[in-house]
This record gives sequence, structure tokens and C-alpha cells, in this order.
Amino acid sequence: MENNANGEHVHYDAEASKIGMWLFIFTELLLFGGLFLIYSVYRFKNPEAFHLAAEELNTSIGALNTVLLLISSMTIAMSTTTLLLKKKGATLGLLAITIIIGIVFLVNKYFEWGVKFDHGIWPGSEHLLNDFSQGEILFFGLYFVMTGLHALHIIIGLAIIVAAIIRIRKGTVHENRAALLENAGLYWHLVDLIWIFLFPLFYLIT
Amino acid sequence: MQTAHSANEANYLTYKGKYKGLLGWIFSTDHKRIGLLYLYSILTMFSVGVLLGLAMKFELLAPGKTIMEAQTYNSAFTVHGVIMIFMVVIPGLPAVFGNIMLPIMIGAKDVAFPKLNLLSWWLYVLGVILVLAALMFGSGAPDTGWTFYAPYSFKSGTNLLPAVFGAFVLGFSSILTGLNFLVTIHRLRCPGMKWTKMPLFVWTLYGTAWIQLLATPVVGITLVLVALERMFGIGVFDPALGGDPVLYQHLFWIYSHPAVYVMILPAMGAISEIIPTFSQKQIFGYKAIIASTMAIAFVGYLVWGHHMFTAGMSGTAQYYFSLLTFIVAIPSAIKVFNWISTMYKGSINVQTPLYWAASFVFVFLIGGLSGLVLGALATDIYVHDTAFVVAHFHYIVFGGTGFAFFAAAHYWFPKIYGRMYDKGWANTGWLVFFIGFLALYTPMFYLGMMGMPRRYYDYLDEFHSGNILSTFGSWIMVTGLVIIVVNLVRSARKGEPAEMNPWHSKTLEWTVSSPPPVENFDELPVIAEDDGPYNYK
Repeated sequence: MENNANGEHVHYDAEASKIGMWLFIFTELLLFGGLFLIYSVYRFKNPEAFHLAAEELNTSIGALNTVLLLISSMTIAMSTTTLLLKKKGATLGLLAITIIIGIVFLVNKYFEWGVKFDHGIWPGSEHLLNDFSQGEILFFGLYFVMTGLHALHIIIGLAIIVAAIIRIRKGTVHENRAALLENAGLYWHLVDLIWIFLFPLFYLIT
Repeated sequence: MQTAHSANEANYLTYKGKYKGLLGWIFSTDHKRIGLLYLYSILTMFSVGVLLGLAMKFELLAPGKTIMEAQTYNSAFTVHGVIMIFMVVIPGLPAVFGNIMLPIMIGAKDVAFPKLNLLSWWLYVLGVILVLAALMFGSGAPDTGWTFYAPYSFKSGTNLLPAVFGAFVLGFSSILTGLNFLVTIHRLRCPGMKWTKMPLFVWTLYGTAWIQLLATPVVGITLVLVALERMFGIGVFDPALGGDPVLYQHLFWIYSHPAVYVMILPAMGAISEIIPTFSQKQIFGYKAIIASTMAIAFVGYLVWGHHMFTAGMSGTAQYYFSLLTFIVAIPSAIKVFNWISTMYKGSINVQTPLYWAASFVFVFLIGGLSGLVLGALATDIYVHDTAFVVAHFHYIVFGGTGFAFFAAAHYWFPKIYGRMYDKGWANTGWLVFFIGFLALYTPMFYLGMMGMPRRYYDYLDEFHSGNILSTFGSWIMVTGLVIIVVNLVRSARKGEPAEMNPWHSKTLEWTVSSPPPVENFDELPVIAEDDGPYNYK
């Protein structure tokens, strides 16, 4: 418990913030858990169609994106360490790299989806409904929903990192009050972790 | 122990912060003000839900069309359900009395994340607006029932999209409240407040918060999928595209069955506060109540299949779900025995909250036992989707949560507003309400067993007499409701000033002035080794 300039109580409890973020991560895991459950049910019911549909995806871009996210997880973890070592410049630099990698991931995703759209494949498209089997329709439905929801989480993660950068520059996040950056890191790792499951499920298991 | 604040110091109701007037409330991060914001918004939605319920009961006064067409009736029960479930009973006790009382009961100045707490209320309001938008604009009010079952929820021509998104936002609000309470209970208990010294209401909020946190995301993603199904046709629940509508039911009930424990656990907690206070006696089996609370929270996850016995499921799965349903009844029964044993040889002080609590035990017992009829495979096939289910559900959710809500309202009213209500009118309101409640829902058990299906605006002549009684009951019950609310609203403004501890209770909220000061405690209370929430002589 400390006081700010107006003499009001400012409550800061890093432990509470971290518990809060972990609990929130549980909810995110359950959110995606529902989708993983649906994926496994339909994969079990349509093994051949899922195999055929997975052949359509570009494994190279998927692998590249996996490597990118792993590197970004490393850079954000390093930024937390440098903040605790009071190297503010290095922290900001590492966070900037994390953001750039996140944006490159989204750009790759944009082109990947774009190619699918060019081939006439999107949820409810005539080509998909007329020329593909039910299992393939489900595969692509889940592909767009799960990678789309994951991309949304990348965007949210980027927003949290931007907030952390602003606070670090203002000096309200520093080595003794690092909870916001640590939580941004936790969240970014979660986003990375979910992708590590999405990648094999859609691209590798064929 | 904390001494009372001097009378001239500003309390949380009169305190003036950065903003004045209404802004001082809707931007306040004070947990007590947020609790009252929830109270007023929930009561507003509750009255909308009650009016829809009244209209439905009026429609069923006679066979054939009475006041509305079939389509209107379908929309009425859908909207009644969405409002009452997602906006009234799920947030009800945790968001109102949990918010106001939880920090004080554990000796804290506020919840762990006050701004997040305010955000929860804003999200609640946003969810309400979205659902109301579905009613007023577009192609007619939703007509799928509150469960949004696939494939009807994406085939129906009504304006479902905003309602589904509204339910999603309300779920998010509920998650954040649960998260906040969990961290608060873990981090902000005052010195000496060990886990085994926490009041039982706090314990039930703890169990509830875990359910809110771990179950709500599943329905969140399910509702998102329904919305995407409607917008793009992704196929996951659409049998025409290879999807499985029964999978929707599974995912929906994985949340929505635990959600009934979100409704009932804090209700049980409030009753566990009221009964020892008005018996002036240590609660019987404190640890048994805690254990049964956590057992309900845990086993409650594993029983969702009992909503789907007729939907197509393997025999083995049916046996397990039925067995688990019977098992989850055990901890609820333990609590009933605990409450009754607490009253045994107590020095009972008969006041309005105790009337509510005692009638809660009565209706909860009937509701719970009729639940076993539905949890048993053979009888469920017979009464599935009949008025029997509606009667059971309302006995538990309205009889359980609703009675406990009014019990809690009359119990904590003097603390919240610093004034005492007119006890004569409060008791009259309870009696009228209780009689109306029994007359309204009891005939539905009978009608269901005779075979009257639920969710139809019309029925056969042979069901007429039971329906007349039920409709009369709805009028009596609403009369009682009006008496209760008018009495409380009037007393909040003009009632006699209340003492600090009018019921001679032992929990911490009664050690601060009525209404509580802005930050609850000047200095944090310290709980001694021999102090306890129920240490009556």
C-alpha cells in the first residue's frame, strides 16, 4: 500500500496481477478447448476428408510462422529480463522486435487466406459447398475459425505490448513494477502456445 | 475488532469523488457502489422478465389464443429465458451481494481489481443493450428458446445475432467478476482470516467464481460459432454441411449446467449466513458445508448430459450421467441437514430474512427432489419437455435463487442503506409472494405428469383447471412482489435509521457502520485465534 500525489491509496500487488493473468489464461485455454474438442470429433468422423483438405494448406508458410512466433516469445521473455536489469533501451528494442514479428505473422496469414480466397475457398463459398465433401467443408470451416480467432488474439496481444511500451516510456512500468510487462509476456506466450497446437493439427497431420 | 465510524463521516452513499451525481456512480470503482449499480440494473431487467412471464401465464389462462399468437408466445418465452438466466439469476447474488459484501466480509478495502470490476458492470450493460436491440430492431424477437439450439438458431428468420452476441458479452462480464473474486479471496483476506475462518457466503462465492471462470468460456465459443454459422455458414453445427447439432447441445450444457450452480451456490451461501444469525448459534458442520460447496462445484461439471437423455446418446453415457446427477444431489442434501440442525435448539429470532430462508429450504427441497425424477433415466423419458421440467426449474432457480436473493436483500438491507424497512409489510409481502409462488408452479408438476408439453401457447381442454390455478398464482405472486419492492424502495429513503448490527451477527460486515464508510475499514481488522464468523454463545 503506497500513496500517490493526491494522497489516495494506490494498491499495487504484483502477485495478484499475475494470479489474475493466469486465471484469464485458463479461460482462453477453455475457449480454444471447445474448438479443439470440435476439431477432434470431426477429425474422428471424417479422417479421409481431413487428410485431403489438409493437403491444400501451405506447410512452408505455416512452419515459417511457427518459427517467427517462437522467436517472438524469446524476445518478449528477454525484454522482461532486461527491464529487471534496468536496461530500458534494450527492453523497448526487444518489444519493438516482438511487435514487428507479430505483424509479419499477420501479413503471412493475410496472404495465406488470400490464396484460399483466390481458389474460391471460404466459409459458405459456392466452390466449397458444391465441389467438396462434407468433411472438407468442416475442415475449412474450422481452419478459418481457429486461425482467425488466433489472429484476433495476436492483435490483442500486440495491443497489450503497445500498452506496455507506452507505460515503460512514461516510467510507470519499471524494474519494481514490472507486472504489466510480465503479464503481456504471459499472454504472448499463450498466443504462441495455441499456435503450436494449431500448426500440427492443420498443416502437419495429413 | 473494528470500532464504528463517527456518524458525520461520509459513507459510500453520500461520498463525493471526482465526479458528481450520476457520473459519480457509473464511473465509481467502489465495490459497494458497483454492487448497487448491479442491483438496480438487475431489478430493471427482472421486472421486464416478470412482465413477460405474466403475459405468458395470461396466454395460458384458457386453451387457444388468449392474448397472443404462437409466434409472439415463442418470442416471449425465449426473451423471458434469456433475460432471467443471463441477466438476472447468473449475476444476481454474486454481482450484487457478492460485490457489496465480499470485501467487507474478508476485511478488505475493495476487490483486487476495482477498475476491472467496473468494466464488468459496463460489459453487463453492453450485453443488455445488445439483447434489447434484438427485441426492438430487425426481423422480430428471437424465438429459439434461451438455449439457442442448433440448427434452429441459425435457420430462424428472427433477429438472433445481437441476442447471441449479447449473451456472449454477458458471459465475459461474468468471467471477469469471477476472476476478480478469486484473486480478492486469495490475496486480500485480512490478518488472521484463515481459509477456515471465512464466512460461508465467501466460500460459496469462491466455488461460484471457479465455475464462472472455467465453464463460461465454453459457452462463449459455442455462441460465437452459432453466430459465425449464421453469418457465413461454417458448417460445424449444420447437419446439411456435415456438422452435428447434438455436439452443440453438449457444448452448450457443459457450460449451462454448471451455470445453475453459479445460480444456486451463492444462494446457499446467503442462507448459511442468515440461519446461524437468526438462530444465534454456531453453524452446524461448517467444514461439511465448505466441502459440499466445493463438491457441488466440481461434480456439477460432469452432469451436463442429463439435459440430453432424449437427444441421442449411448446407453453407457446415459447411465454415467444419471449416476453423477444422483451423486451431485448428496452435497445439496448435506446442506439442508446442516441448516436444519443449526436451527435445532437455537434461540430463534423470527424476522423477515428467516421467513425467506426457511421458505427457501422448503422450495429448494421440492425442487431438488423433483430434479431426481428428471435425473432418473426412466422417469425422464416420461416427463421430458413437459411442464414438469418448467416447474422443477422454477422451484430451483426462482424458488432457490430468487428466495435467497430476497432473503439476502432483507438481511443486508439495513447495512447497505443504513435504514430499516417496515417489518410488517416485509412479512406480508413474503407471505403473499410465497402463496402465489406455490399456486403458480405447483400445478405445473401435475400438468407435466399428465402430459402437458412445455413451450406451446395452446393446450388441450383437460389441462384447463391446472392452468387457471397457475395463472391466478402468477397474479398473487406479482402482488407480493410489488409489496416487497415498494416497501424496500420506500424504506431506503424514509425508513428508521438502522443500528450497526441489528441482527447481532458475528461476521465482519456488521462491525462497520451502516451504511459502510468509503473504504470499509480505517485500519484492517485482525481476526484473533478464537474469533470466528459464527462464534455465538
